[in-house]
Amino acid sequence: MRDSLAGTGQLLRLAWRRDRWIIVAAALLMAALAAGSMQATFDLYPSDAEAAAGAEALTANPSFAALYGPLPSATAAGIGVVKTILMGSLFGAFLAFAIVRRHTRTEEEEGRFELVAAGVVGRRAPLVAAVLLAVLAVVASAALSTLGLVAVGADATGSMALGVVILVGGLVMAGVTAVAAQLTSTTRGAGGIALAVLGIAFIVRAAADTATGSGQDLVWLSFLGWAEKASPYGQNRLWVLLPAVAALVVLLVAADVLLHRRDLGAGLWAARPGPARANARLSSPLGLAWRLQRGSLLGWTIGYAVLGLVVGSLAKSVASAADSPAIEDMLRKMSGGGGSIVDVFFGTELRFIAVGAAAYGITTALRLRAEESAGRAEVVLATPVSRWSWLASHAVIATLGSIWLLAVAGLGAGLSAGAASDRGVGDLLPAALATWPAVAVCVALTVLLFGLLPRLSAAAWALLAFFVLVGEFGAILSLPDWALKASPFDHLGTLPGGDANAAGLVGLLVLAVVVAATGAAAFRRRDLTT
Amino acid sequence: MVIGMAPVIEATGLIKKFGPTTALDGLDLTVDEGEVHGFLGPNGAGKSTTIRVLLGLLRADGGTVSLLGRDPWRDATELHRQLAYVPGDVVLWPNLTGGEVIDLLGRLRGGVDAGKRDKLLEAFELDPTKKGRSYSKGNRQKVALVAAFASDVPLLVLDEPTSGLDPLMEKVFQQQLTQVRSEGRTVLLSSHILSEVETAADRVSIVRAGKVVDSGSLADLRHLTRTSVVATLADPVAVTDAAHWPGVHDARLEGDATNRIAMSVETDAVGDVVGRLGAHGIQALTCQPPTLEELFLSQYRTDIREEAQAVTV
Repeated sequence: MRDSLAGTGQLLRLAWRRDRWIIVAAALLMAALAAGSMQATFDLYPSDAEAAAGAEALTANPSFAALYGPLPSATAAGIGVVKTILMGSLFGAFLAFAIVRRHTRTEEEEGRFELVAAGVVGRRAPLVAAVLLAVLAVVASAALSTLGLVAVGADATGSMALGVVILVGGLVMAGVTAVAAQLTSTTRGAGGIALAVLGIAFIVRAAADTATGSGQDLVWLSFLGWAEKASPYGQNRLWVLLPAVAALVVLLVAADVLLHRRDLGAGLWAARPGPARANARLSSPLGLAWRLQRGSLLGWTIGYAVLGLVVGSLAKSVASAADSPAIEDMLRKMSGGGGSIVDVFFGTELRFIAVGAAAYGITTALRLRAEESAGRAEVVLATPVSRWSWLASHAVIATLGSIWLLAVAGLGAGLSAGAASDRGVGDLLPAALATWPAVAVCVALTVLLFGLLPRLSAAAWALLAFFVLVGEFGAILSLPDWALKASPFDHLGTLPGGDANAAGLVGLLVLAVVVAATGAAAFRRRDLTT
Repeated sequence: MVIGMAPVIEATGLIKKFGPTTALDGLDLTVDEGEVHGFLGPNGAGKSTTIRVLLGLLRADGGTVSLLGRDPWRDATELHRQLAYVPGDVVLWPNLTGGEVIDLLGRLRGGVDAGKRDKLLEAFELDPTKKGRSYSKGNRQKVALVAAFASDVPLLVLDEPTSGLDPLMEKVFQQQLTQVRSEGRTVLLSSHILSEVETAADRVSIVRAGKVVDSGSLADLRHLTRTSVVATLADPVAVTDAAHWPGVHDARLEGDATNRIAMSVETDAVGDVVGRLGAHGIQALTCQPPTLEELFLSQYRTDIREEAQAVTV
């Protein structure tokens, strides 16, 4: 046992050395967000009566519950924390996912780990070091967020419960990623498996939160549901940390068993021999890009079909929850748009579906940078393939792929909603597609970064995170108007039921074309870099 | 033939900087049609940077460069129809098989000759059904080499193509190179493995710290260096006497024998030295022309000496 852990300390220090700034920055950002939105909510609802009135409006809105879960309590603190609960559990999950994957499967795939493994390093050491760093990062984020909340005057136990929210998401996801990293031999494959688990956990939680009666208990099936049940400033169930720790232990044991059944560099699922000749489609840059990206698009398509069907199926419970015309009227005013409560619900959900499609577009367009820095772009660009057509090949897949995903989600939602409500494919498919211009801007910004600042291409993720945070917290933090308007998602219309905002959509499309063309032009004028 | 006389590659005064480091510092390179041109230098001398500039993947900060009479930065795509490139560090797509990559690269260049491809696969003993991630370094190299040799282009640009190949495969590579030369195609062959260039190259350019420090045929460059002479003599000559003969350096007794003398001789003086040895009754004599290794080292010695002088001044 001791031998198999040899070198863990060294590896942990190495991993910390590589990641320390990003971990510190992420933890501070999380704490600032938690404390900032809490402070703003306190300012908004100075008295308990005002808080209770605000809480009533929120609990009446089923789309709010589907997204964020129920309000922990009808107090200012409860309102101030509800979005942070969702963001915190996802933040912990993504942080742990990124750290564990980066220091296990990525290291193995890139061949760096071979150098390390030849030293005095036990078989378990890399996995243990990666999980330890993830746990440390999540614990630090949770502690900072708790301190931040206490500093703005929130109740201490509740603030600790918010820390537990972050911990639950992070600990379970560290275990999930540890297992996923053993299953396939590629970083992408491991990421796909782990994120699919996270996606399922999210959908299960959202469905349970909009269900009625005993259906709500299904929330316990999802680890994001456990995080929600911590209920900061409400029930303050600090003990939900226990199932999370138990899940982490079980998952780590499973990962350890898998680890001992495979070779270094290999996954549990072995690579099989393939064709000796390329098929006819593999004869152009686009054919190559499609070949490289089709697996990922297939996975996303399945995910988006399920997501669409689930979101659509919620229409009925949404409609029945808001049966009072007074509440419906109030909600319509709050959302600023027309249409029924069901429309408001779909409008909100589709916006989040669009953010997901933008994530697909960014990860697909970032393949450009991955190909370049690995040296594979050089091989292709030394053949009679122009820079322009090589760049376009991946950009086209990001563009058409994200349209396709939105169509799949819109179609799925339309089919399942049509059975239960007056909104069907005819409403939801166009509404889903109408969010695409914002997605296109995100893809275009990725291309721009790739063209102008190739080494900082991954900053496209930071831009998307900024757009989401501005959309979620911008109003409550009273950020300036230009910051709110900086997000392309702010310029979408209010479909279904409302106004398509055709002028805004055309503006976004024009912007996307100009930005992408600038990126392409910059790429044609710059050196290839590694 | 007037067009044919123009060099295939002509670079003068190439400068390329990466931030504060100067990778190319006024590099000149001329490669004529139909020749195998060895591009020699140690790691980090600027060989790959030069090649990337020639391919239009990097843009030179200064100097002029023309490839087949055109500007590689402006006309990259057009020029790439006429060349095949093997990078020094071949990276393949992990989930594509070697066979798929060979076909893909061939098709991007305008078509694959299936017969040629299969013959090359056989010669290099490469299994085309393996996925990119399961190939060893040598096998990845073979994938790129098969793709390049299977193409019907007038110019091959090979960046350290045999790194990772075993000696048997190096031989296969040399055979292919001979074949390519006999077809009148031009090859730029960069290497730090001097023996591989020595057997194949018509001319050689030696690059160091971003500059070509010497260029010419092997015969041209040999004037710089010394032939090593070892003689077994019936009537031994005193080492101290031999050391004073013109053009002789580093005279010494070879091994324990008192009648075996070894020395380095300037190429012009070999005839004279052999004559003098003849007077002592030669029983056995070996004269070894300098290998590129030595040529290379002598080039470095000069530099080190110059640097040392620069320091003392």
